[in-house]
Amino acid sequence: MTALSLRSDGSGKLTTLVLFLPPALMLFTLFVVLPIGEAAWYSGFNWNGFGVPVNWIGLDNYRFVFGHKAFATAFKNNLLIIAVSLLVQLPLALALAIILADRFRGAVALRMVFFLPYILAEIATGLIFSFVYDGDYGLLAAIYRVFGAEAPHLLASSTTAFPAILLVIVWKYFGFHMMLFIAALQGMDRNMVEAARIDGATRWQVLRFIVIPTLYPTIRLSVFFAIVGSLQLFDLVMPLTRGGPADSSHTMVSFLYNFGVTRMRVGFGSAVGVILFVVCVTFAFGYKRWIMRDE
Amino acid sequence: MSEDNATVPFSEDGWSPAAFAKAAFLGIVLIFVVTPLIATLLGGLKSLGELRTNPFGLPQVWEWENYAGILGSKRYWQLLFNSLVIASLTVVITLLVASMAAFAFAHLHFFGSRMLLNYLTMGLLFPAATAILPMFIKVRDLGLLDSYFGVVLPQVAFALAMSILLMRRFFKDLPGELLEAALVDGCSYINFFRYVTLPLSRPILATVGTITFVHSWNAYLVPLVMLNSDSLYPWPLGIMVYQGEYSTEWHLILAFITLTILPTILLFFFAQKHIIAGLTAGSVKG
Repeated sequence: MTALSLRSDGSGKLTTLVLFLPPALMLFTLFVVLPIGEAAWYSGFNWNGFGVPVNWIGLDNYRFVFGHKAFATAFKNNLLIIAVSLLVQLPLALALAIILADRFRGAVALRMVFFLPYILAEIATGLIFSFVYDGDYGLLAAIYRVFGAEAPHLLASSTTAFPAILLVIVWKYFGFHMMLFIAALQGMDRNMVEAARIDGATRWQVLRFIVIPTLYPTIRLSVFFAIVGSLQLFDLVMPLTRGGPADSSHTMVSFLYNFGVTRMRVGFGSAVGVILFVVCVTFAFGYKRWIMRDE
Repeated sequence: MSEDNATVPFSEDGWSPAAFAKAAFLGIVLIFVVTPLIATLLGGLKSLGELRTNPFGLPQVWEWENYAGILGSKRYWQLLFNSLVIASLTVVITLLVASMAAFAFAHLHFFGSRMLLNYLTMGLLFPAATAILPMFIKVRDLGLLDSYFGVVLPQVAFALAMSILLMRRFFKDLPGELLEAALVDGCSYINFFRYVTLPLSRPILATVGTITFVHSWNAYLVPLVMLNSDSLYPWPLGIMVYQGEYSTEWHLILAFITLTILPTILLFFFAQKHIIAGLTAGSVKG
């Protein structure tokens, strides 16, 4: 049964193949693979999307993208998201997972509550926090008023808008990473921990030399998800700032949407898409090759 | 919160300072997580004036009209209906197409299967946003712009990679003797798929179906680019329009947010096992 057999043995293997594979392959090719290839092609044109692209301008679109001040900011913002994911979100998720992997009353409920923001739509989350940050009606404004201070309009200032978004990102995504760690901890061999305890290891030593090392593969995976997720962040930005003020809070995708899609600059937007594609694929392959090679 | 330490090898006994620090830590995170949610729910029950003076506490006057007004509007139900149609179509087509492909990859050993599977899993490497403009042009050229299917088909295409990987592994883990016995008895692959594989695969179908549903229900970018008519908008698009119209009438916006995230929260409570399994499933190798 290893080679494709054309015998009609009643099992209908060939028929099954011919019926079962093409729908997935066609949909995938049509809506995922071809558009990526076309993005590379369109990125060489100055084109508004109507008729056929004729105005070939070579690599100019890439020059425009890299020369765009807002793109530099967007790229930097994507790096900031990654930094916050790794330095704030991941340690927070890890600490919570280590506590909540234990069985005590309320642990399961807390896990659920902490995971809840992850399944809420980004749009709803963004709107909720644009209320939280609102300088007149928001929760933050109310806290300022208690101290008799004038509330800042965080989202209206180009220095505070993106940091405010970073906080929302931690709020929304830490629960997902926490769940990854909890799943890994539950699959852990508890005998080793007990043996170490009997041999006189302190709690801290157990954590440092047994628990955390068992989590290394999951940590590497969590880092992978955090970086891939940060590269595609878009939905949250829209209800909070739409990339403003003064293009200070764009991510690469919101930059693509704002300067490519809404203005139907197909060539320019495609060039941004291709850059994003190259970044994602290079990162994914590099990470699999160098960081996750033992898994 | 008392700790039952019988099964907890690496935590302290009783109410030591360490246990206290832990509880305090959990409490702070809990407040951080739930405050915005509860304030949103309650904010929808206040008047705008009260929201300004009392954003945290219970309403002094319960303004049920905020919620009643939205629940009585055609607009709200139209948005939920559109989202439901788009998400359901996405789920049904994804399950059908992905399960067939996964079956072929799991059981029909054929030349090039490894290569084709790698081809499909490329879809995991980059987000839909990278090719959104060419995808828009493709959907337009197919005449699907401003229709449910213009949103559904790209969403299915991007859901396929993960769905196929998860299902293929599940199908492979079903007892192999079943297939051998069935083939010996003259059962065809198609009938085996239809009458044995699918009925035995309810858990994975439920998991893949649930996460596909959640992704589609929450999706913003693809519908934003593909749809023009308000009458077809799913709720994430509709709520942005609503917010644009009522810009500072936060009491109404908060009520609207609450009513649109309520279905997600209900789904989460009824299908949390599938949601958590599915959303963290990428952590296991395909």
